[in-house]
Amino acid sequence: MKDKLAKIVEDALARIESSEQLDTLNDIRVFYLGKKGELTSVLKSMKDVLPEDRPKVGQMVNDARSIIEEKLEEKKTAFEKKLREEKIKSETIDVTLPGKLPQMGHRHPNTIALEDLERIFIGMGYAVVEGPEVEYDYYNFEALNIPANHPAKDEQDTFYISNDILLRTQTSSVQVHVMDKKELPIRMIAPGRVFRADEVDATHSPSFNQVEGLVIDKNITFADLKGTLAEFAKKMFGEDTQVRFRPHHFPFTEPSAEVDVSCFKCGGKGCRFCKGEGWIEILGCGMVHPHVLEMRGIDPDEYQGFAFGIGLERIALLKYEIDDMRLLYENDIRFLEQF
Amino acid sequence: MNTPLSWIKAYVPDLDCTAKEYMDALTLTGTKVEGYEKLDDGLEKIVVGKIVKIDRHPDADKLVVCQVQVDEEGTVIQIVTGAPNVFEGAIIPVVLDGGRVAKDHSGNRIPGGVKIKKGKLRGVESFGMMCSIEELGSSTDMYPDACADGIYIFNDNPEYGKTKLGSDVPTLLGLRDVNFEYEVTSNRVDCFSVTGIAREAAATFRKPFCPPQVKMVGNDEKAEDYVSVEVVDKDLCPRYVARVVKNIRLAPSPEWMQRRLAACGIRPINNIVDITNYVMEEYGQPMHAFDLDTIAGNKIIVRRAEAGEKFTTLDGQERVMDENVLMICDAEKPVGIAGIMGGENSKITDDVKTMLFEAACFDGTNIRLSGKRLGMRTDAQAKFEKGLDPENAMEAINRACQLIEELDAGDVVGGCVDVYSSKPEPKVVPYDVNRINRLLGTDISEDEMVSYFEMVDLVVDRDKKEVTVPTWRQDVLLMADLAEEVARFYGYDKIPTTLPTGEATTGGLSYKLTIEANVRNTAEYLGFSEASTYSFESPKVFDKLLVAEDDSVRNAITISNPLGEDYSIMRTLPINGLLTSLATNYNRRNKDVRLYEMANIYIPKELPLTELPDERMQIVLGMYGKCDFYDMKGVVETILYKTRLRNKTVYSTENKKSFLHPGRQAEVIYDGVVLGYIGEVHPEVLDNYGIKEKTYLAVLDIKNVMEHAVFDFKYKGIPKYPAVTRDISLVMDKEVPAGSVEEVIAKKGGKLLEKYELFDVYEGDRLEAGKKSLAYSIRFRDAEKTLEDGEVNLVMDKILAGLKEIGAELRS
Repeated sequence: MKDKLAKIVEDALARIESSEQLDTLNDIRVFYLGKKGELTSVLKSMKDVLPEDRPKVGQMVNDARSIIEEKLEEKKTAFEKKLREEKIKSETIDVTLPGKLPQMGHRHPNTIALEDLERIFIGMGYAVVEGPEVEYDYYNFEALNIPANHPAKDEQDTFYISNDILLRTQTSSVQVHVMDKKELPIRMIAPGRVFRADEVDATHSPSFNQVEGLVIDKNITFADLKGTLAEFAKKMFGEDTQVRFRPHHFPFTEPSAEVDVSCFKCGGKGCRFCKGEGWIEILGCGMVHPHVLEMRGIDPDEYQGFAFGIGLERIALLKYEIDDMRLLYENDIRFLEQF
Repeated sequence: MNTPLSWIKAYVPDLDCTAKEYMDALTLTGTKVEGYEKLDDGLEKIVVGKIVKIDRHPDADKLVVCQVQVDEEGTVIQIVTGAPNVFEGAIIPVVLDGGRVAKDHSGNRIPGGVKIKKGKLRGVESFGMMCSIEELGSSTDMYPDACADGIYIFNDNPEYGKTKLGSDVPTLLGLRDVNFEYEVTSNRVDCFSVTGIAREAAATFRKPFCPPQVKMVGNDEKAEDYVSVEVVDKDLCPRYVARVVKNIRLAPSPEWMQRRLAACGIRPINNIVDITNYVMEEYGQPMHAFDLDTIAGNKIIVRRAEAGEKFTTLDGQERVMDENVLMICDAEKPVGIAGIMGGENSKITDDVKTMLFEAACFDGTNIRLSGKRLGMRTDAQAKFEKGLDPENAMEAINRACQLIEELDAGDVVGGCVDVYSSKPEPKVVPYDVNRINRLLGTDISEDEMVSYFEMVDLVVDRDKKEVTVPTWRQDVLLMADLAEEVARFYGYDKIPTTLPTGEATTGGLSYKLTIEANVRNTAEYLGFSEASTYSFESPKVFDKLLVAEDDSVRNAITISNPLGEDYSIMRTLPINGLLTSLATNYNRRNKDVRLYEMANIYIPKELPLTELPDERMQIVLGMYGKCDFYDMKGVVETILYKTRLRNKTVYSTENKKSFLHPGRQAEVIYDGVVLGYIGEVHPEVLDNYGIKEKTYLAVLDIKNVMEHAVFDFKYKGIPKYPAVTRDISLVMDKEVPAGSVEEVIAKKGGKLLEKYELFDVYEGDRLEAGKKSLAYSIRFRDAEKTLEDGEVNLVMDKILAGLKEIGAELRS
């Protein structure tokens, strides 16, 4: 019996060893371990064994089964591994073929610049507000300390709808609406379209976008204005950006300034991009004029603040080095898809 | 405003800086220098020479060979020239071998100049070049004595005739100078003058300011014996000063005056005109000269014109006045439009003997509006518009008379006629050192502040803490204005850089802007790129879009002064700009273009406008190429899904848009509110825009979307029990819309209905004519237990019964 089992095991192991595919392993299993298999028939012949020997023989049969099963498993794993390797090998693809793209949409460069700007100011606690594009003359001019017949009204080449209704020439008009809400302190930016009667050319458009900024609180200083805009310039144009404040005049701020940033192309040495100046003008600003506060019923002795106005197209043109403003309104997809 | 540095230095003698330093420093104290031009740019090794001998060129008829002496030691060089105006004895500018001239052969100014080298002209050696005024970088306009088409000849100018040979030509011609261009802000009327800028330059560099010393000159006679002045409309003429000059001796003005005017871009004419222009630049005060012999009754009357009054100005044009134009008249007739232009009837001619000189101050607004109505724009007008200081008029006219005497251009009659109806009081502005520091965020001492005030001639009373502002500084009215004076001389760059302190604020986007960003994101995710078009357009757009004559969208706001008809109305429909942009792309052969725009339309409440219109933000999406109506519908559905408008949206065909295909359009209705519309663009409209591909549009009103958007929602548990799905295929008449089938499924499906989805549409041979088949997959689920077939069958029976009622039956 013992010899018989040893023979069975030996035969089985040899057949397993020499098998060449997964299917034959199953056949081998059935042949030896199946219901009518070799080992099973040994078990069936147990009735011929002396009862006292039966446990021993049983143990021997089980050991033989374990050895065969183990070998089968081992061989099976080896086959599977080989098969997987072959499959993987056959699945190699040309990874340099192009990727499958969905049609992509792109933000307009003005919107990208605006969202950059909004993120910066929202981070400093500013609310983003809107005001009407078709506006009363009063909000666009008089409330901003530009009385009737002031030459500044002519300078801005206003589009009029009627005597007292116009297309706003500046987002500064939103300052007035916000101050009228009487919720102090104020920290806001107001982006939007503005309109001026300029003929279309590479640097002018009768419709463009501005972002107005206004901060009013009890102790807001010109130094705060400088710090805020320096922070903005660094975040918008890069940490190395320098800012320069030049005295200027706006009717609704006093003192007023124009702000230049160091040319990000040459770093301020002077190049063709900055017309040799090393500086590029980006915005106008100043301390809110006391008359403007008084007209809104805010006491200029208690509250002071600053305001600034940024031309959005200017930022976009500078940032992306776009040399013709008309590209922004033509909407040629070959232009838009670059953003 | 242009000014040569030499003129500024005349009043700030200690000024010593490079052009770049000057530009930067003035810019930082508020007088913005736009740029500068070195008048001698590209001029090198150009000396005074004398032609001692001229011979014919052996091989060229048009050339001559000149021997030119180029120094006092007797050095002679040979120069070949083709210039027609050379002669033996001519004193001329010579550029020596290796030197440079300003312009090339075509007359273009080359930065850094053009190098001149010795060479051979038709075989004859030439060691330099004789120069025209153009080659020296200027023009015959600015140098009237220069030959128009040839070499500049010093002999023609007595002042230069005796100059030493070999001396520097640019110096002699006043070209060793730098011309600065300033951008003066409208509040600084005083800086539209050389003296004004010189005062700023002196303060900027902390140097003494030495303005011209003006004397009252004149003979023993009295001006009032020659002329009287009556100002009728005093409101428009605060001051009128008149002086008289007799025995006018017209002649060219001296070189120094010509050079200064030329640098400012003013062409020298004669001594009288030049003096007027010179003083206008120097003091910013325009003056006018009348021929006194043409002034009837020797009387000047300043009055408003009569409506319709005709008047011929000195440019020969007849103009029609209205009653708001201020006129200068004599006893009988108008002789000039105040502050704008004189009359032909009284202008100075070469025969003038006695001149009436006017320096006046007029109401700036009136001049500006009159000029606008008359369509005129003169230099004088530009100055008056800004609102001049009446105090300046007397100083300026006296300065002019002084120059007339100095240049011997005539005999100045003593005294003046001065009608001064409203003399401005100097303003007194208090200052508070703490208040100014609090505004600026600085810690500047009173001593420092006072020194800044005094640098620009503000008069300080330290006891009263007051500043008396000279009349020329019309911009200083309040303490904030004084703060600016402090800031700009302390230095904007020295003011600290801090961030605001105080109560914290919560910023962020408004809800509307958040929705807009959400919609933009979805549009871009679906392949649409953002466009930007103008808010105004042509009224012809409505015809292009086939809008009916009586359609209310034609009630658009009209701009009263548009850039042209094409930009004259505020859009009431958002689509024209986008269609135009799609057409641009189509014409440029761009394929499969998808664009959107997020912008306002402007709906007037009534016309003409008495209150502000309703500005409605709308998104308009447009596309052509590989797409159809249902792609666009999917876009709209995705936008709504992403803004969580997830109730059933109705696509109604009831109201039609003229510009969309009548059988392929729908209004988008959500909870009974029209959110917008979608459709294929009408073929005729496509023709009008020149697009030859099917194009689809969708418009959604952001405000309406916003009102239904829901961002406050709770999550639903993931189902624990399995769903039962039934697929049905229905046959019905073609006219039955899928929408009504779905309406039945939704209604009859009851609580167990989880989802239904169309998976096939069939029309064709296998069906009866006029029929179509729709196949739906319908899913049921009970959240509490596993559904049994029987339950589902009951619901399906209800659904099928409902469908039968609308003519949809199970396909066998």
